[in-house]
Amino acid sequence: MGIIKFVNQLFFDYTFRTVLLGALTLGIVSGGLGAFAVLRRQSLLGDAISHAALPGIAIAFLLTGSKSPVVLVLGAAIAGWLGTLVIMSITHHSRIKTDSALGLVLSVFFGLGLVVLTYIQKMPNANQAGLETYLFGQAATLLAKDVLTMGILGVLSLALMLLFWKELKLLTFDAEFGRSLGFPVRMLDLLLITLLVVAIVIGLQTVGVVLMSAMIVAPAAAARQWTDRFGLMVGLAGILGALAGVSGAILSSTIEHLPTGPTIVLMLSGVVFLSLILAPNRGILWRWLREQHQRHQLQMNAILSDLFILAQHHQDASHGHSIKVLRTMSQGHGGVDRSLKALKAKGLVIEQAKDEWILSAKGMEAAQKLAQSNEVDE
Amino acid sequence: MQSKQNPSTPTITTTNDLAIKIEDLTVAYREKPVLWDVDLQVPTGVLMAIVGPNGAGKTTLIKAIMELVKPVAGFIEVFGKPFANQRSRVGYVPQRNSVDWDFPTNALDVVMMGRYGALGWFRRPGRKEQQIALAALNKVGMADFANRQISQLSGGQQQRVFLARALVQEADIYLMDEPFQGVDAITERAIVLILKELRAARKTVIVVHHDLQTVNEYYDWVTLLNVRCIASGPVQKVFTEHNLRQAYGGRVAFLGLHSHEEAA
Repeated sequence: MGIIKFVNQLFFDYTFRTVLLGALTLGIVSGGLGAFAVLRRQSLLGDAISHAALPGIAIAFLLTGSKSPVVLVLGAAIAGWLGTLVIMSITHHSRIKTDSALGLVLSVFFGLGLVVLTYIQKMPNANQAGLETYLFGQAATLLAKDVLTMGILGVLSLALMLLFWKELKLLTFDAEFGRSLGFPVRMLDLLLITLLVVAIVIGLQTVGVVLMSAMIVAPAAAARQWTDRFGLMVGLAGILGALAGVSGAILSSTIEHLPTGPTIVLMLSGVVFLSLILAPNRGILWRWLREQHQRHQLQMNAILSDLFILAQHHQDASHGHSIKVLRTMSQGHGGVDRSLKALKAKGLVIEQAKDEWILSAKGMEAAQKLAQSNEVDE
Repeated sequence: MQSKQNPSTPTITTTNDLAIKIEDLTVAYREKPVLWDVDLQVPTGVLMAIVGPNGAGKTTLIKAIMELVKPVAGFIEVFGKPFANQRSRVGYVPQRNSVDWDFPTNALDVVMMGRYGALGWFRRPGRKEQQIALAALNKVGMADFANRQISQLSGGQQQRVFLARALVQEADIYLMDEPFQGVDAITERAIVLILKELRAARKTVIVVHHDLQTVNEYYDWVTLLNVRCIASGPVQKVFTEHNLRQAYGGRVAFLGLHSHEEAA
């Protein structure tokens, strides 16, 4: 989609604009708040909360007969919160560990949600069509006022996050030390969970219950690759979430039949993948390149040492040696050809005749230094 | 008003002399006693080691003082008052493995967290906190590492950062949980020097210590703990083979005991 078409659609296409803003909001909020969950090793909690939200949506409809997103989102929030409470009490009052408790609540609540959904669908005359769109989201149903609600809730959550920034950071890094300082760690924990629940439920209409956990976890995981600073990581997670949201919205509106929610998640996967590969320091590509560089360095040092040894052996620095000799000495190291070329470019070796290699004066110096440092190491 | 104490000849009569007073403390975990009927009096200004076998309740004792665990019975007074009233006077160095060192932050940032208590709610640390933190890092010999990622620090360096974080709390009592565990010799020496400086400044320092060999050399007061308080007092008086046998049960053979006997 060209820039002109984009701006055009932004101004004149109501649905496109709404979906775009909705995806943008969702991306920023879930990405930013998700960073806390990820750093607290509670990534799976996001998944549990979003799956637990399903019965909340279904029951909210049963009780009120309304499909208004505000009502359903409220139901989702209550159910998500309830699920969290159940998880906490299971781990507190029994020997079941956190991961099992998460899995239990996730599946049981989700199952309950499906049961209620099916029951609703079998109900005669009920205006129930459309509830199952909360499974995978249906961004096309977003109305301006829905996005407004999302925006308000999102801004509120982010504002609270900023207000309690240092307290939440302390809670995440060293909760016990925080307690010793007098901070009510339990309450801060509940606050963070509430913020997480809000971040999740505002995204359910767009991305759905099943995929929402990706929006919580992936942006932070990607952001961690790029920075070692806490604040930067949270901010970057929000930006990456927004990026996935916006690009997913644009892509799904350009290509026919592409559902918005899953497309956003796919774009997010792309962001994560690229971050894993390309990020400096932590990225796979970076590490590979650094490793290669170090390996070549070692190989060149080996050639220098070998030539030095040969020169000492022959008591004659101008006695040239063929590449075959060097290759034999370099058994297992490899890269002799390339090393010689690189060393020649650096002026450390000279090819005085065809396939006759010797150390230059500079090379002799370098080799001597190497030999000395190797002695010190031993 | 605290009277000045000569740590080697303490006579505990009034609560004012006591940094910490513990009475009848019992802590249980799922009906299993971790601390049982512990009575302990720690005079102000001592450098005290808490020693005992694994599972003796040493960490639990420290946490109970800070109300991080709830006792089943008993009470604790800090300078004659409940801990909640004296919170700002107590500094804490938890075990190093209690945090995830892969967290995205640097040494300076961690040390500044020690000032969060003084800052209270919502206020962010500023220039003043940064200065205090840098001074503490300097004190522990980590000034050059202020901007280093904590994941890139060695065990000894991490321990020093934790110590610096406690120092910026500017407390009167310091509680430390196994600060010498897995730490290199140079760091250990550096930390001991700081502890002795703290004592010279009339601070009370309580350390859960895992190495019996160095108790004599580092500390002037010792508490032997094994769920019950076996003995507590000046090292010369209390750190005997008899008491160690009671605390550890069975063979305890090493140098430095005050009864001048080697265990059978």
